[in-house]
Amino acid sequence: MTRGRIGAAQPMESGDPKIDVAVTVNGEQVARRVSVRMLLSDFLRHELGLTGTHVGCEHGVCGCCTVHIDGRSARSCLTLVAQADGASVRTIESVAAADGALHPIQQAFKECHALQCGYCTPGMIMNILARFEEPTPLDLSDDGIRYILSGNLCRCTGYLNIIAAVRRAAELLGRA
Amino acid sequence: MKPPLFAFRAPRTLDDAIAALASDDDAAVLAGGQSLLPAMNFRLAAPSLLVDIQHVPELKGLRIEDRQIVVKAMTRHRELELDEAVRRANPLIAEVMEHVAHIPIRNRGTVVGSLCHADAAAEMPMLLVLLDGSVVARSRAGRREIAAADFFQFHLTTSRRRDEIVVEARIPVLAGDAGFAFDEMTRRHGDFAIAGVGAVVRLDASGKAVEVRLAACGIAACPVRLTKAESLLVGTALGASDLAAAAAAATEAVTVPDDMHASAAYRRRVTATLVRRMAAKAAARAKERIAR
Repeated sequence: MTRGRIGAAQPMESGDPKIDVAVTVNGEQVARRVSVRMLLSDFLRHELGLTGTHVGCEHGVCGCCTVHIDGRSARSCLTLVAQADGASVRTIESVAAADGALHPIQQAFKECHALQCGYCTPGMIMNILARFEEPTPLDLSDDGIRYILSGNLCRCTGYLNIIAAVRRAAELLGRA
Repeated sequence: MKPPLFAFRAPRTLDDAIAALASDDDAAVLAGGQSLLPAMNFRLAAPSLLVDIQHVPELKGLRIEDRQIVVKAMTRHRELELDEAVRRANPLIAEVMEHVAHIPIRNRGTVVGSLCHADAAAEMPMLLVLLDGSVVARSRAGRREIAAADFFQFHLTTSRRRDEIVVEARIPVLAGDAGFAFDEMTRRHGDFAIAGVGAVVRLDASGKAVEVRLAACGIAACPVRLTKAESLLVGTALGASDLAAAAAAATEAVTVPDDMHASAAYRRRVTATLVRRMAAKAAARAKERIAR
């Protein structure tokens, strides 16, 4: 399976009640029959093989699993796939261009060394991207950026380089 | 799979949702899921049936009528927070909302869901109590409006009956001359409050308080009005000694025992400080708003 493409990963078998869902994932329509209790994070990773969405705390604190649902950032670990039926979901796999060129936010993370182990990075990027796409004024002071990032935990970097990366991304995107 | 087994229904009308909820004593209403799903992921909650109300058209949107902001059951926090008309009608809402978890959680979580979850440290229940708002519940037995003071019973417990769906919350508009303030103490921005205090103050032409509202979250089994502190401030110019007396009185409302986040003594100290600061900030803003 090509990395980052929706594939037929090993489906999880169980005797649970099932539901048919149709979700648009990164612009591609996918229809699956899944357990009603399957979380969106598990659906993306186990059913579709999109392992860029990471799973940390599974109760909404760490922010690793952040994706976009209908254009807004959301915790995929706090969403049932059943709730995303008919919705449009965007994951980290869709952020870089098809030719591999990095998105300006990814470029800024790279330039500013805003990651070490990288486990929190997909959630960080999806959260920042959604905030940049929201049509409300951006506060790019340290406090303003910390406020945007308050729902994402990083255990490596101490956040300073991530704050710098958000500011650099704003420059690259003409939002500074 | 993290959550325990359950059956799932996604009705398209309010009547169907009410019928589904009434069909099972252990059913739960699923709106945004930002409180219920963590509880289920931890297996602290194990409803046998989830009634997903996101596709019920009557439960969407918000409107302002009769000096009330009517927030329907599926209205997400962020939708209320960013609404321009709401910001003008009640600027305290956006100030409180900045402390409700984080933007991705507010994008999904609903205001009514937070009220029904009724965490004693949560901000939105405190706001409803502070402003004497209410909720409207529907069941097969009909419709009833429940005042905030009667709705919150205990940590995670409200007077909503099992077969009722809270279809809307009603948050009063803030008077044009009212000053307001909210702040809280947390270990990390967006966490539940160790203590949080909201204030609304109205002054007469001489600068004396004609109305003082104070409420707190995180300090008792449910959000509480700080009535003794309020009455000590009414009729005063909210000078330093008035504020000190009110702050001391407010500490009597701290009834939670020591826990992993803070001792009761620390919570009393934080509550006193917040009461002093929020009452003073609300009074200063009342002066600004009168001057405008």
